[in-house]
Amino acid sequence: MTTAPARQLLEGSEAIADAMIAAGCRFFAGYPMTPFTEVLEYMAAKLPEVDGVCMNAESELEAIGMAWGAAATGTLAATGSTGQGLSLMQESLAEISLARVPLVVLNMARAQGDYFQATRGGGHGDYRHLVLAPMDVAEAVELVQLAFHLSSQWRNPVLVFGDYYLAHTTQSVAVEAIHFGPPPAADWALDGSTGGSGNARLVSPLGTGKQRDAAGYDLAQHYLACAQGTTEMLEGVTPLVDTGFVDDADVVVVAFGTPARYVRAAVRSLRDDGAKVGWVRPISLVPFPAEAVAAAAEGARAVAVYENNQGQMIDDVRLAVLGRCPVHFIGGLSLDSSGFGIAPDLDVATLRARIEEVLG
Amino acid sequence: MERREGHVVVPTSVPPSEPARLVDDFTPLLLDVGEHQLCPGCGEPVAMRSALEAIAELDVIQRTIAVFGIGCYTAFSNNLDVEVLQALHGRAPSLATGAKRAKPNTVVFTVQGDGDMVNEGLQEVLHAAARGERITCIMLNNGVFGETGGHMTATTVLGQRTKNTLDGREAEAHGYPIMLSNLIAQLEGAAYVARGAVNNAGNVARTKRMLLRAFESQLAGEGFSFVEILTMCPTGWFIETQESPGYLAEHLGSVHTVGVLKDVALR
Ligand code: SF4
Repeated sequence: MTTAPARQLLEGSEAIADAMIAAGCRFFAGYPMTPFTEVLEYMAAKLPEVDGVCMNAESELEAIGMAWGAAATGTLAATGSTGQGLSLMQESLAEISLARVPLVVLNMARAQGDYFQATRGGGHGDYRHLVLAPMDVAEAVELVQLAFHLSSQWRNPVLVFGDYYLAHTTQSVAVEAIHFGPPPAADWALDGSTGGSGNARLVSPLGTGKQRDAAGYDLAQHYLACAQGTTEMLEGVTPLVDTGFVDDADVVVVAFGTPARYVRAAVRSLRDDGAKVGWVRPISLVPFPAEAVAAAAEGARAVAVYENNQGQMIDDVRLAVLGRCPVHFIGGLSLDSSGFGIAPDLDVATLRARIEEVLG
Repeated sequence: MERREGHVVVPTSVPPSEPARLVDDFTPLLLDVGEHQLCPGCGEPVAMRSALEAIAELDVIQRTIAVFGIGCYTAFSNNLDVEVLQALHGRAPSLATGAKRAKPNTVVFTVQGDGDMVNEGLQEVLHAAARGERITCIMLNNGVFGETGGHMTATTVLGQRTKNTLDGREAEAHGYPIMLSNLIAQLEGAAYVARGAVNNAGNVARTKRMLLRAFESQLAGEGFSFVEILTMCPTGWFIETQESPGYLAEHLGSVHTVGVLKDVALR
């Protein structure tokens, strides 16, 4: 008989660290940057207890390099930073994708200005990452573990896109290992053992097969295989989405991450007052739940998008809505004076007023 | 075919009666494909060969992971019979760190050029050395970015002509060369630091001994081991192939002097 895991009051960063360890992560490397710092602190304290390795890297470039090296040996590995640090990691992220190495990368962002960075990437070449955006600590515990599963399954980096609230909110959660089924065999991973066999392994963004005869190897074929793998991944992963009151909604509000919790509260409060509003919360940003957004927009008078930035996800929403109805931006960059990206406009009254404006 | 004073004399006025024969295959054990795409007279294949021979001699073939940087030598990443992890320019020491820490029983070595290691990734190799990371880093130093066509790197010596220092490197305009081995030797975490060259048979043999000692140091868990190898780049130096070993000795080798800079086993 198994006992239910104990609920604990955990800070987001701590819960994320526990979830990573529960998922089997045994290598973590990071460089301090608020609000990612606490995840690094917890990993440094907890990973050695399970014989894992946590590296205090000397820069973000080195952090992702170390995680890449560990991941190439088949070890479940993760790294992360805050948006600015993620900017430094983009080159490696692109190469890791082309080398088909699984890796989990956290972006404990400040505001939501890193949407394009997360979903489009800033690296070179034809690559994509899966991106998961939890709304709160409990969901982060699940999505962090899903990220390891998807990353191993598709041999591709997966980004978990959090924020300052997620890192620093304390919530009562139970961290329990989630079993997604057996992972695929990591027969590609390096451990040195195939040296001298005539078939030594290669993990490289330039191709995963070696030149075994004078004929050489085909780089074009590798890039085509990578592109095909990316397409299969994007089509093979079911987009994750949370919707509410969309069936008869006049106005549908789209929001992701922490702000979506406030949007949901505002929509519920408007519903209590008889207004026909609903919400769509993309949980996976890549793949984007375009069908769910389109279905919600069908029959609606307007779609409103809240995001704490100058308007980035709204591009994906517009692509999903495809002109069915007007799409209005009701977010905007809103930052507190500490510079940590807590949006002062994130209160239910403000959001209600903005949604009412769209309702007309 | 006639014999004269014990020698076989092959007449050249008529086609040979039988084709030339391969009497021995000198391909090192861990090379999958004997042919490479590097320029004639390049020093990198000899350096690579020495590293492969050292791995074979130490009998660590089945627990070795090579981490390659980006340079002409990268051509070897897909034709060695050693497991290879291909890194970005500059980042090999970090990848090697991750691989070694995740699988401590492996022998991990990096191969980088001077542009890769000193220009792009200086911080990485210094920190790996300072941490005493149990990996072996090999730098192939020819004083130019060979792969891009012979441009100045951070190790280019004063007076050296490169594609973007046409009148020779000048301290005032381009600064001074970095002697990386000397820098690394100062770090507490470095256990073994040596600079070899492949411009003549003696230096090739000496370099091979340095590589053996560096790998032994890693196996003994002494700390970070580093072998810098001066290699010829006739193409990037814009000189005749046959002149390049002498050019190496005269220019690069007179500044980046060859020898063992540190060995904790001799303390
Ligand atoms: S350019 Fe220089 S380093 Fe590159 S293969 Fe030719 S000789 Fe070697």
